[in-house]
Amino acid sequence: MSINEIQDEIIDEFSLFSDWMEKYEYIIDLGKQLPLIDEKYKDEEHLIKGCQSRVWLHAGLDGDKVVFTADSDAVITKGIIALLIRVLSNQPAEEVAKSDLYFIGRIGLKEHLSPTRSNGLVSMVKQMKMYGLALHAKN
Amino acid sequence: MAVIAKKGFDVEKLRSDFPLLQTMMNGKPIAFLDSAASSQKPTRVIEAMDTYYREKHANVHRGVYQLSQEATTAYENARELARAFINAPSAHEVIFVRGCTEGINLVAATFGRRFLDAGSEVLISAMEHHSNIVPWQMACEDKGAKLKVIPVNEKGELVMEEFERLLSDKVKIVAITHVSNTLGTINPIEEIVEKAHDRGIPVLVDGAQAIPHMQVDVQALGADFYAFSGHKMFGPTGIGVLYGKEEWLNALPPYQGGGEMIETVTFEKTTYNELPHKFEAGTPDIAGAIGLGAAIEYIQSIGYDAIHAHEAELLDYATQGLQQVEGIRFIGTAREKASVVSFLADGIHPYDLGTILDKLGIAVRTGHHCTQPLMDQFCIPGTVRASLAFYNNKNDIDRLVDGVKRAVAMLR
Repeated sequence: MSINEIQDEIIDEFSLFSDWMEKYEYIIDLGKQLPLIDEKYKDEEHLIKGCQSRVWLHAGLDGDKVVFTADSDAVITKGIIALLIRVLSNQPAEEVAKSDLYFIGRIGLKEHLSPTRSNGLVSMVKQMKMYGLALHAKN
Repeated sequence: MAVIAKKGFDVEKLRSDFPLLQTMMNGKPIAFLDSAASSQKPTRVIEAMDTYYREKHANVHRGVYQLSQEATTAYENARELARAFINAPSAHEVIFVRGCTEGINLVAATFGRRFLDAGSEVLISAMEHHSNIVPWQMACEDKGAKLKVIPVNEKGELVMEEFERLLSDKVKIVAITHVSNTLGTINPIEEIVEKAHDRGIPVLVDGAQAIPHMQVDVQALGADFYAFSGHKMFGPTGIGVLYGKEEWLNALPPYQGGGEMIETVTFEKTTYNELPHKFEAGTPDIAGAIGLGAAIEYIQSIGYDAIHAHEAELLDYATQGLQQVEGIRFIGTAREKASVVSFLADGIHPYDLGTILDKLGIAVRTGHHCTQPLMDQFCIPGTVRASLAFYNNKNDIDRLVDGVKRAVAMLR
């Protein structure tokens, strides 16, 4: 599936939730699932600092596709990371670099990606796209 | 005692003075529990500023025309209100600044330039806000001086024996918060001042978190400098006060250069204006000062005794309520405490808790509260902080406690 097909799928899924409670319970469930990153990458080098919560991000290549793993110390942040990874991981590097992540706004989570929220997610998305760009150039 | 002090205090009537408290957040009436970050404004303050801009505005201390004279009178009247409010001996010891942060920066920069050198020390505490750490760090770096830190115990109180040990003749100034923004601890300022003065060391007090809750008398405290912000005491943003003893303010070089702060200017040499103008370069925040004056009158119309009695009752009520939540841990349990409750729920990140509370219409602060070294000491990433003002009621607290219970059930 392409990046936009996955985004549309997530938007469809979220349209089933009748209120914010259900939506957040789902995100919290996603966040509670197994670690999304190898423990050895949870170091200073992979850390994206936010004033509120911390995020670790690692990018690798599988052929021409970028594979992202990430984690956060806050479970809601981690749940949103799980969605971002579902959309951007295992996609061609070039597509990652030029992606437009419209699904976040459409499912009503835009505030979590606001620079004022300071949870590391904005920097994480920027970093993901930069990896896409760099890995595409390297290929 | 509390009953006597609260006579005539009607929280619901006071709440109606604050337009923002009538608004909604995420579709629910707002429970505003973040007054330590910034307080809401009563109509009286908003209207004072509005009237000033509509009817009285002109630059101050400059024009000979009537309007400018009136603006100057209004601005200087605000200074006199601030003087009486903190019982400063004279109005020229009251400098208008942008806020508490600027007040501290002013002293750190000018005091540093004049009095710090390699080998001297500045003494602060482990519970300082970044704004009472970084300006001193910068001043010390400039002169090769050292920053020394009074430690804090597990309850969040200053270790006074350590303070006395650190108070050597190398120390040129002590800079300490009156009330901790993160822990709520009220520090024994009189005792600190007395011990510092025994050695001839001046003391700067960061009063940002004290002024909304308690009567501050700079003469009784004996502080050499006392800084606070308008926006935390129901006044506007962008205005604050730095009180300084005349002899100290005269001993410091100017902070910023510009109009108003000069006496005569030639390209060879400038001589400086008298206090307080020496430290007020450029056109000041006239409307802000007038708004601050209105906030002072508003607080005085309620009275600190009533404010304190109400807040103490709410603090108890909140602490007891939150105690029912399983795995709750309070950060800051000092005996002398202002109405701030910092807490963590076992296994739950403050960001997650704050996010769910936001959805429930409850405004709290989460994170390190600009006190990173303090968070490091407690080995925590941050806390959830509910900070109360006199306009909070038991319903706000009930909603907080219910909200925390609900969030914990979702997150655990």
